[in-house]
Amino acid sequence: MFAFALNHAWLIPFFPALAFAVITLFTKKMIKFSAAISIVAIVLSLIMSLIIGIGVIGQGDNFLEHPVKAVVTWFSMPGLSIEIGTLIDNVSVMMLLVVTLITTLVQIYSLGYMHGDPGFARFFAYVSLFAASMLGLVIAPNLLIMFVFWELVGLCSYLLIGFWYGKISASAAAKKAFITCRAGDFGLLLGIILLQINFGTLDLQQLSAMIPNFTQYTGLTAAGLTAIAIILFLGPMAKSGQFPFHVWLPDAMEGPTPVSALIHAATMVVAGVYLVGRILTLFITLPSALLFVAIIGAFTALFAATIAITQTEMKKILAYSTISQLGYMMLALGAASLTASMFHLMTHAFFKALLFLGAGCVLHAMHNEASIWKYGGLKKYMPVTYWTFLIACLAIAGIFPFAGFFSKDLILEVTFAASSFSGHAHGPFQAVYSVLFIMAVLTAFLTAFYMFRMFFICFHGELRSKEVEPHEAPKVMTVPLIILGIFTVISGWVGWPGLGEGKAFGYFVRMGEFHPVEANWFLIILSTLLALGGIALAALFYWKQTYSAQAVAEKFPILYKISYHKYYIDEFYLWIIHQIIDKCGWLLWKFDIYVVDGIVNGFGKMAQWGGAVMRKVQTGQLQHYALVFLLGIMLMFVLLSFTGVHSPALGMIGGAR
Amino acid sequence: MIDILMDKILTIGLEHFLILSGTLFFIGLFAVLAKKNVIAVLMGIEIMFSAVNINLVAFNRYTAAGTALTGHVFAIFVIALAAAEVAVGLALIISIYRQRTSTDVQDYDWLKW
Repeated sequence: MFAFALNHAWLIPFFPALAFAVITLFTKKMIKFSAAISIVAIVLSLIMSLIIGIGVIGQGDNFLEHPVKAVVTWFSMPGLSIEIGTLIDNVSVMMLLVVTLITTLVQIYSLGYMHGDPGFARFFAYVSLFAASMLGLVIAPNLLIMFVFWELVGLCSYLLIGFWYGKISASAAAKKAFITCRAGDFGLLLGIILLQINFGTLDLQQLSAMIPNFTQYTGLTAAGLTAIAIILFLGPMAKSGQFPFHVWLPDAMEGPTPVSALIHAATMVVAGVYLVGRILTLFITLPSALLFVAIIGAFTALFAATIAITQTEMKKILAYSTISQLGYMMLALGAASLTASMFHLMTHAFFKALLFLGAGCVLHAMHNEASIWKYGGLKKYMPVTYWTFLIACLAIAGIFPFAGFFSKDLILEVTFAASSFSGHAHGPFQAVYSVLFIMAVLTAFLTAFYMFRMFFICFHGELRSKEVEPHEAPKVMTVPLIILGIFTVISGWVGWPGLGEGKAFGYFVRMGEFHPVEANWFLIILSTLLALGGIALAALFYWKQTYSAQAVAEKFPILYKISYHKYYIDEFYLWIIHQIIDKCGWLLWKFDIYVVDGIVNGFGKMAQWGGAVMRKVQTGQLQHYALVFLLGIMLMFVLLSFTGVHSPALGMIGGAR
Repeated sequence: MIDILMDKILTIGLEHFLILSGTLFFIGLFAVLAKKNVIAVLMGIEIMFSAVNINLVAFNRYTAAGTALTGHVFAIFVIALAAAEVAVGLALIISIYRQRTSTDVQDYDWLKW
């Protein structure tokens, strides 16, 4: 069974794809049946992933050495050969489990959330398509296939964000998401093409083998390959919402909340992190590129956290939180640790999905009122949501023993190890990593603060809105919350310090040697103190209301405004689009209609002018024609006489040469 | 010098006939190209035909091998052809005259731009 699942892993994305096809073509009208097809398909994929997962854990080290690749050659020509199939190794198994599990839970949740929506069947079709694309991306064996599925998940994101396409803000947000990701994909595709040209292959395993000795395979310098790596990194920057491509994520909250939970928290946005993790050898070989990844990650984390502290919509706060946590994952990759990044990816998937689904329950109860200042005291109305939300907030703040504590601590540890604070770092950029470490630590504090700010405003105190009577969500929505809550608690324990071979997360998902996690007590105490400090500060401001947040905002109006308006980045981009891009477009338009069209029309006009002149030759006078006939013959005679060695024409008129 | 010239004048050779036929040809050509009356154009064509005939017969007389009579036979064909061509040409002109009531060749300008 295990071998069957490994060799036929293509079935895992195939089932949801089949569900998409069936729903779209046949069962759009039968909404309950469509939902059933979709859920059955993803459960089948989940079962297959579980079979593979259990088998992999049983095999231990063996699987890391020999990942299973099952491919067929799609097309090949001299110099380019593309295979399509699956590559199952430890990282992809972990991702398969996470993606299938969260998709299943989100689909079950959607049965309740999307109830009564006219596009119910269409929603499940799109979610199935998304699941198929994401699963295909995860097990892609080479960069081109990964790129195909990358674009497919982008498409599904567009379809799902703009699900309520009648709403103008939703379709605008969908366009923004797709176009921003496209801007990054330009870099990704360019990087892929350059890799193909230089290395001759896009296969992940072959690239990982060739890249460390790239000087003997290609004529590239380190600077050249660094440029390729950074260009390629633009794709993950856009897809994973790194600065400056993060602008689409907060707007993507226009989509239904299960979409936000699935795509913009747990799965699609981590595709960028996953891609970088897959070709991490490229970055590890080039310390400058690695540093670039780390800088972008750390900056994004801190940047998004500073915006989240003033936002007033629940989903927007969660969106900025996602951007910030994605920054953490990139920072971990930038510290050359695949383990820390993937570990945080896994735990983040669970608690972020839980947060979004909880937010969905709140929105459902408050009849889509988005501003958190209308909430309050929801604890007594929605207890299940309250407790699961609390668990998720504690996890994201990094409190022991919840999942976020272990993963965030691991990230801080690897950054610390790469910085000059630790004694044994190597590499040329230690001082920079120190700065990044400080940024990560600050972000941890801010994360705890803004998450609990949101928590206390929404769930404690008194209900501020007078119009709505909130109620707990139906079971079909709360059971996924509970399941995710359980995972949020236990999924961190695979990273418990001191866990050895065969048990630790870092044993299965790693690059290179296995290092069991060591408990760095300095960091543990530091991060816990910061998290508790953030929570306490939020409690003082928003629960006990000892200090007034309003007063602080008035004392620092400029800082508040900058944070609330997201650093005016959207306005800046719009300014660039209107002033620079549109004006360039206008200029090129004028060039097109005057110069290019002028040349083409000019040819036509010349033909017309030539014709107008030449037609005067046609006089209609017979004798003119006869004269021209005569002159032509004479000319031909003369010409023929003086060409060729023996000239019959010359002979005819009585001469010789 | 004088005797070469006297020889050229007194002894008729091929070149005399060729000069004659060439002169006749260009006279006919001038009539075709420069006369206003269309009948005069036809007459010019006839003159060209006779020039060609003289040319053919002269070449046969002076350069043909043995008893070959190719040039003479060709000339008789040309005469017959000329007769036929004149018949057709006059028929065309009468037909055009019925349209345009003019024998001025410059009035026949349907093909003008």
